Amino acid sequence: MYAFDYQRAKSVADAAAAFEKADDAAFLAGGQTLIPTLKQRLRQPSVVIDLGTLTELKGISVTQEAVIIGAGMTHAEVAASPEVAKAIPGLADLAAHIGDPQVRNRGTLGGSIANNDPAADYPGAVVALGATVHTSTRELSGEDFFTGMFETALAPGELVVKVSFPIPRRAAYAKFRNPASRYAIVGVMIAETASGIRVAVTGAGPGVFRVPEMEGALSQNFSIAAIRNIRIPADDLNADIHATAEYRAHLIGVMAERAISAIA
Amino acid sequence: MIDVALTVNGRAMTVSVEPRTLLVEVLREKLRLTGTHVGCDTSQCGACTVHLDGLSVKACTMLAVQAEGRSVTTIEGVAPDGVLHPMQAAFREHHGLQCGFCTPGMVMSALALVERNKNKPLTEEIIRSELEGNMCRCTGYAGIVASIAAGAKAMGAKVEG
Repeated sequence: MYAFDYQRAKSVADAAAAFEKADDAAFLAGGQTLIPTLKQRLRQPSVVIDLGTLTELKGISVTQEAVIIGAGMTHAEVAASPEVAKAIPGLADLAAHIGDPQVRNRGTLGGSIANNDPAADYPGAVVALGATVHTSTRELSGEDFFTGMFETALAPGELVVKVSFPIPRRAAYAKFRNPASRYAIVGVMIAETASGIRVAVTGAGPGVFRVPEMEGALSQNFSIAAIRNIRIPADDLNADIHATAEYRAHLIGVMAERAISAIA
Repeated sequence: MIDVALTVNGRAMTVSVEPRTLLVEVLREKLRLTGTHVGCDTSQCGACTVHLDGLSVKACTMLAVQAEGRSVTTIEGVAPDGVLHPMQAAFREHHGLQCGFCTPGMVMSALALVERNKNKPLTEEIIRSELEGNMCRCTGYAGIVASIAAGAKAMGAKVEG
């Protein structure tokens, strides 16, 4: 790890101001991605600004319409929340299967979506549920927030404060995971929301994406049979030592079927 | 250098560290608590698992400065008077280790999983899924799972099967 300065933010405004002042700052949430990245010398920030003690980023609240989760909530906290499990069980289940118990005790919702790893789980939930990302300066839909592989719409110094997940009629997430890293080789979240059926895929492509063809078919007939013949082209999908693009394309169908079974 | 005030195994202390110092480096190199092992140093293997305010974390994937004001328990803190904790005794009794390198992390994860699941009966399935963050390259895990079930029982937990 290269040397860096360290600053513990006292508030969201303080964190943004510190970022502004630094040459090349990095926000530290749970550190489950940033610290390994620093160890590999893939990043060399001049200062690390720790968001870990900000109470503004904590808390879960539930309204009639939505579950609002603070960016600093750990995956373990989301998974263990009775409020989340009652309102959106598919979201609690997703959080319960990120990484491993130790990672879930440190990793946060805000850190996960701000990093936008193409194999991360939360982007699937943000897009499938039609969530709104509240940053320190504005509100964004998932489609506007996630802009590409490890890329988001966040401006330098802008940070995620909370995410508001509209409560769907029903939703489920199915993941084919890498057994070592537990990241999604392919993850599919399907939700029946107020604005219709939404199908979001993570792990398979350079970033989270929706599958309009499946959404249309499921809107007509919410069943496995309705999507069985839909073929996803492998052209733009990821290929690595774990899975070819063609295999990932196939897995999208399989995970979608599993998500439908879990819901229906 | 930054002063970090924390509690380690019940003892309040202040350590002076560089911002990039990992918690596991403070534990092993400054405090000489070498029971916490570094296996992979990439957040995979769990040999470095300690408790942070009672929750299991990987000490190789946390900066020491992030432990400010927090309470850390290492494997040394599990048996402070030199008598094995029931979970440690169960690992010895049920062949829960061969080379022993992963064992401190396994025991810390075992204690955390017993605590986290105290409101329901512990099953083999729960134990196995809770051990996803800990790797053992010797045993094949059967002895570890049996040890944790026995250790949990000895701690008064309800265990099924």
